[in-house]
Amino acid sequence: MNPLVLWFHKLGSPPYFYRFAGRLVPWFWAAALILGAIGLYGGLVLAPKDYQQGDAYRIIFIHVPSAWMSLFIYAFMAVNGFIALVWRIKLSETLAMAAAPVGAAFTFVCLATGAIWGKPMWGTWWTWDARLTSELVLLFLYLGVIGLYHAIEDRRQAARAAAFLALIGIVNLPIVHFSVKWWNTLHQGSTVKLFGPSLIDSRMLWPLLVMAIATKFVFAASLLSRARVDLLELESGKEWARAEADAAEGRA
Amino acid sequence: MSYGTLWGACRALLARDLALLWRRRGDALNPMLFALMVVALFPFAIGPEPQVLGRIAAGTVLVALLLAGLLSLDALFRSDLEDGSLEQLVLSPHPLALLLACKIFVHWLTTALPLVAIAPLVGEMLFLPGPVQPVLLAVLALSTPLLSLIGAVCVALTVGMRRSGMLLALLVLPLYVPVLIFAAGACNAAQNGLPVAAPLLWLGAGLALSLVLAPLACAAALKISIS
Repeated sequence: MNPLVLWFHKLGSPPYFYRFAGRLVPWFWAAALILGAIGLYGGLVLAPKDYQQGDAYRIIFIHVPSAWMSLFIYAFMAVNGFIALVWRIKLSETLAMAAAPVGAAFTFVCLATGAIWGKPMWGTWWTWDARLTSELVLLFLYLGVIGLYHAIEDRRQAARAAAFLALIGIVNLPIVHFSVKWWNTLHQGSTVKLFGPSLIDSRMLWPLLVMAIATKFVFAASLLSRARVDLLELESGKEWARAEADAAEGRA
Repeated sequence: MSYGTLWGACRALLARDLALLWRRRGDALNPMLFALMVVALFPFAIGPEPQVLGRIAAGTVLVALLLAGLLSLDALFRSDLEDGSLEQLVLSPHPLALLLACKIFVHWLTTALPLVAIAPLVGEMLFLPGPVQPVLLAVLALSTPLLSLIGAVCVALTVGMRRSGMLLALLVLPLYVPVLIFAAGACNAAQNGLPVAAPLLWLGAGLALSLVLAPLACAAALKISIS
């Protein structure tokens, strides 16, 4: 078998993944810290003031990456949920469920920073604008997935039910997005575009992109840490989990 | 061994569900009473002025009916799960999605349709303007089956849990948001004298889509939760 494919198959096995993730986690945290420090320095110190908003705009270096992450993690969760439902891969169930609280946290950070920014700029903490409302619905969807996962006794069945809910949510999200857009809009349009030139100064753009990568690493590190604990719990009856626990006890 | 025809199975299921409901016909009134009570609370909470109440009447009726529907959703599979007939349904050789569609239809007929029937009365209690009344009825006729279908998928996921009430609300309400937006949009447009066709067509499109997809999703969810 092709070594890459073989490695990918091996990665699906909980003990192998546990050790592999354990080696990666410290590197991911380090990358997140360093990139986060660079991005924040660039955003808070080096980037120029906005001609209209002054220094208050600097919150976007947290707000916008969190908003991107809230959608990215939902997509990650849904893809893993789909894999878990179709191919019944245990690891995908664990990864999907480990991603949900991280995604909910990013969504919450996005909403909170948006509210803090909205108070001086729009004169209100909250407004029933399309983007804000769909982000709020996204938070509810995350909470629904987490709630369903914890309400069912059997862990694997819980993961499959919650993964199914995540898939229903991903069908629902665009509908919510377009229905609220039609309903009410105040939030500005996108200034950073994947295709075509961005409408943002390059001195503001690079810290934003660095922060986006830093939040990816935060997600990866926290996802792997969570998945490791979940796997250990799920497989607590197995030989390898007991061996890991004994080894940890020996070190302590 | 023969299993009987698909049509026979659907008819038997419909007859059984209707008979069960008829035996306990007092319970069928509860969602209506609940909706009436919720609506009656609004004049106490925000004052009895007809202009104020008339402005929020359509939205209040929609939300009250939505909540009443949410409370009755829990009963969709509960008794069937308790007496074991839900498992028989899943094991039956006929397509589960179609059988579930029959169950959802009976549920809509007995819980949502009475709510639609009292909507004009409730609207009158809140001084809903006359021209909005027919629009509200049209909106309800389109949106209540949609709510039942979406709700059934989430009920199927929580089936078998002992206390699923609050969790069910958490799962269902985000999915209800677009329906509520279009339903309220049509009523507001009618109130302001604007054309109402667009939101009604959106609701109809949503209904057509979920009539096909929701029973399939409901069957898949049920198989996960009682496997």
